[in-house]
Amino acid sequence: MALAAAVPNGGLLLASPLQAALRLLELLPSAGFWRAVGNSSLRIFGGFLFACALAVLLAALAAGRRRFQDLLAPPVAAVKATPVASFIILALVWLEAGSLSFFISALMVFPPVYLNVLEGLRGTDRKLLELAQVYRIPLGRRIRGIYLPQVLPYFRSAASLALGLCWKAGAAAEIIGLPAGTIGERLYTAKVYLQTPDLFAWTAVILMLSAAFERLFIAVVDRLAGKAGS
Amino acid sequence: MEGLCKSYGGKPVLTNLNAVFPEGITCIAAPSGTGKTTLLRLVLGLERPDAGSIHGGNGRWAAVFQENRLLEEVSAAANLRFALGGVSREAGDVLTRLGLTLSDAEPVRTWSGGMKRRLALARALLAPSEALALDEPFTGLDRESRAFCLELIRKMGGGKPVLLATHDLTGLEDRPVVRLG
Repeated sequence: MALAAAVPNGGLLLASPLQAALRLLELLPSAGFWRAVGNSSLRIFGGFLFACALAVLLAALAAGRRRFQDLLAPPVAAVKATPVASFIILALVWLEAGSLSFFISALMVFPPVYLNVLEGLRGTDRKLLELAQVYRIPLGRRIRGIYLPQVLPYFRSAASLALGLCWKAGAAAEIIGLPAGTIGERLYTAKVYLQTPDLFAWTAVILMLSAAFERLFIAVVDRLAGKAGS
Repeated sequence: MEGLCKSYGGKPVLTNLNAVFPEGITCIAAPSGTGKTTLLRLVLGLERPDAGSIHGGNGRWAAVFQENRLLEEVSAAANLRFALGGVSREAGDVLTRLGLTLSDAEPVRTWSGGMKRRLALARALLAPSEALALDEPFTGLDRESRAFCLELIRKMGGGKPVLLATHDLTGLEDRPVVRLG
């Protein structure tokens, strides 16, 4: 990388880390930069949160119902196996470009979170559930004392994996759908005009956002795990 | 209970069992594997009998199970809050009398087997209930602790039926016994 960047005008093919960093510093004070970051974050992280909520709800419904699990298994397997680009192109037919990254992000997040939470729920200690039944412990306390401590480690690992996935897939959806004022649009523009330092700078932004959201979300989950049961 | 029958995989565990449980302790005595736990599970509504019926079993029960069934990763106080909804001053007193501390700091997984058993017993005694089902509640306790816990059960469970499954009737000679097996 460094060699390619060192060739005269090599920055066209491969920007050096310094060029990318300088370009990022140039972008930082502009309102357009923050608008793009805000728009993309809102849609991609919004899709992540929506999918997490739906996956937890459906996993809770499916946990004790074999038929419901069987009903959900084929679509979940299909989403897992189908290339994300196919979904993006299909979704473009039905959705407007602005909703695309939300939808694609949610689609990528749903299978791992649903499957992991379901696995966690399946492992719930039946003996503790019997205890709760005999002592007539209300549902809220059962969730805090039995289900949350059991499921949170599964949810944590799934959420960590899914956050990386949703940023990758969400950015890809934006590059194809080109909604105005998003990171994907900026990446596409950088590619069209061969602005390689921009391309690298925006890629770095995606990486940083993905890492920041992952840390933030995992910190919240860990805090919840600490409180569960106590 | 009248004509209670229960079998697992065609093997009968309880056959035509008839019994009445008055207020205070009734011992259920039997060698291991002869239906003590099954009988308590039927009474607690955790299993259905193959035949027969249990009258007056719909009230509120508290239980010590064969295992302690504690939330291992949280404190004694959190365990009581989980099961009982709160920790009263009486809870603190009972735990102190059982040689335990109502700490919010250390998880019960760090406790010894005997301490966990006493906490499981305290939880059952403190729970609002109309009857108690105690499955080998003295497992893992030394003679002194056992005598003290028995005294506490007599005192706190005096006004309600207490079904106490045990293979050791020491100190319970004055109580009615249902023999199985």
